[in-house]
Amino acid sequence: MSETILLAHGSGGELSHELVRDLFARRFANPILDELGDAALFGVAGLSSGRLALTTDSYVVQPLFFPGGDIGKLAVCGTVNDLAVVGATPCHLSAGFILEEGLPLETLEQVVNSMAETACAAGVDIVTGDTKVVERGAADGLFINTAGVGLVPAGVHLTPANLRPGDRILINGSVGDHGMAVMMQREGLKFGSSLVSDCASLNELIAALLKAVPGAVRCMRDPTRGGLVTTLNEWADAGVGIAVEETAIPVREEVRAVCEILGLDPLYAANEGKVVVAVTPEAVDEALAVLQAHPLGREAAVIGQVTAEHPGRVALHTPLGTRRVIGMLVGAQLPRIC
Amino acid sequence: MKYIDEFREPELARRLVSQIRAQATCPVRLMEFCGGHTHAIFRFGLRQMLASHVDMRSGPGCPVCVTSATDLDRAIALSEVPDAILTTFGDMVRVPGSRGTLQEAQARGSDVRVVYSALDALEIARRNPQRPVVFLGIGFETTAPTVAATLVQAEEEGLSNFFVFSAHKLTPPAVRAILEVGEVALDGVIGPGHVSAVIGSAAWQFLPQRYGIACAIAGFEPLDILSAVAALVRCVVEGQPSVANTYGRGVRSGGNPAAQAMMKRVFQVGPAEWRGFGVIPESGFNLREAFAHRDAAQRFPVAVEPVEEPAGCRCGEVLRGVVEPPDCSLFRRICSPRNPVGPCMVSAEGACAAYFQYAEEMT
Repeated sequence: MSETILLAHGSGGELSHELVRDLFARRFANPILDELGDAALFGVAGLSSGRLALTTDSYVVQPLFFPGGDIGKLAVCGTVNDLAVVGATPCHLSAGFILEEGLPLETLEQVVNSMAETACAAGVDIVTGDTKVVERGAADGLFINTAGVGLVPAGVHLTPANLRPGDRILINGSVGDHGMAVMMQREGLKFGSSLVSDCASLNELIAALLKAVPGAVRCMRDPTRGGLVTTLNEWADAGVGIAVEETAIPVREEVRAVCEILGLDPLYAANEGKVVVAVTPEAVDEALAVLQAHPLGREAAVIGQVTAEHPGRVALHTPLGTRRVIGMLVGAQLPRIC
Repeated sequence: MKYIDEFREPELARRLVSQIRAQATCPVRLMEFCGGHTHAIFRFGLRQMLASHVDMRSGPGCPVCVTSATDLDRAIALSEVPDAILTTFGDMVRVPGSRGTLQEAQARGSDVRVVYSALDALEIARRNPQRPVVFLGIGFETTAPTVAATLVQAEEEGLSNFFVFSAHKLTPPAVRAILEVGEVALDGVIGPGHVSAVIGSAAWQFLPQRYGIACAIAGFEPLDILSAVAALVRCVVEGQPSVANTYGRGVRSGGNPAAQAMMKRVFQVGPAEWRGFGVIPESGFNLREAFAHRDAAQRFPVAVEPVEEPAGCRCGEVLRGVVEPPDCSLFRRICSPRNPVGPCMVSAEGACAAYFQYAEEMT
């Protein structure tokens, strides 16, 4: 490990994983944490059935407002989604604010309004919170931490350890929308003005899926930082191979264009309204139909499958008939030079 | 997507590959000069498609990779000038010099910012009039014109806090250096598409004329590259080396006169130190006298020691096409994108990184 924290430690790629594995998971080790899922799952004395899910996430996005969302909407959707992908019904959220001296109150009001609307739409309540103000320069405007609890019904146990060769992998729509929209806005790049973040709460979509094909969903994950490829590699770490078809992965034309110009790969770009789902082969048609019937899943597609071949690795089949390994991102994705 | 999909058409690609395989009656060894080509060749799996008929070697056309460790140490020292903001292109911040990387300098307190264009650096200079803003200019004839235009703009605006540290390099001298040394026997060269859009396809005539080697200028899509390979294989088989331009939609014989004029106005050609080559005469761009007051190297003289390459690192030979990345004993064992020993492992356009990322065995 390098001696100081680098920005790459927060990119969701290999350095982030190393930090979690070698420091946090090691020092905090316990059976619940050791699962390293999107949310922690545990039973509580007195709970008649099922388990509780608990998750937390901090939001430091710049700019605070971007096409398709803002830091407040993101802070609610992100935590709701982290609960939903472990099969939980999100119930209550906390909100912690770190505010920089000098932040216009109007900005904070806008963000809080957005959080309230998003929470209401997702059917969750923000039930506790905290506020800290730091000196100018000690934070970048506004940081938000949200934590959430949800209830996982008895019998639902979604984990990459469930993956079996032949399982199909689906996604509910196009990849890279959020990452590229935020990047264009942040860097003031003008040529991709039609890009919009996919930021959305997925609990309703996921609940519909779990209801339609009970027992057929192996695991789910929201491919945020590090994008689709990082999620697939995390799954492959469970000891299976994964093969995806490049042409089957939905990528919006504008996103593709911006990525081609900058030399970036949309498969590694962040998403905030996407879920990757692995289902048993028998259930794939119905799962796809259920996703496509929901407004947040209209462009859902089957993108690949779990294989017995090449365990631990993710293979991309290209349109030219070649195939290559797609590994975890090492640092932040950087635009090409010439 | 227009201008992309038609150059990735699978059926046409397969047809070109069978044509190449049929024509290449003996193994043909080609070098792609440009790091962008290296990346595309791996990304689309073209090596797999051409295996056993065409031996593809990567050349020195990765701007990050050929930037000397001494220049990098100088850039790190420039980032430590009080109040300075050092700006450069993305991959550059991860390349190890003898004193670590710019990224680590940033973590130690230097203000290092990644920009997409020299014009972004100029904007930073406008917003921070009290602070010297240094742009570390790397790259070839592709990036040099925009840096030149940015310097002209800075002059017109009278922005006195904008400086450039020019580590720009010229491509034809590097190809010439490889051929002069003669370490690797090449049958043909895939000419860099974007560089040639600026300098023109005619700039490569010295390859057939002086060295008897064919050159085909290529774009960056699979069909572009396969067309260039097909043209080169044809030249080799027929024994008639020439310069083919298979990137007609981007490259003209005389190149881009406006860009050339801009480079000429701001830069003068001089010797430059290349990683893996040492000093190549007439291969670098230095600021002309009229822009000397914006030359970061002159404005902020920083002392750096000459740097030796890390022990065991064979990036130099990789850049000259003499060995392939897996031939290096550090490759994958010690040197990885996580822990790059040499520059070719850092940049996405570097041969080692491309090998590491894409050529991993599927077992």
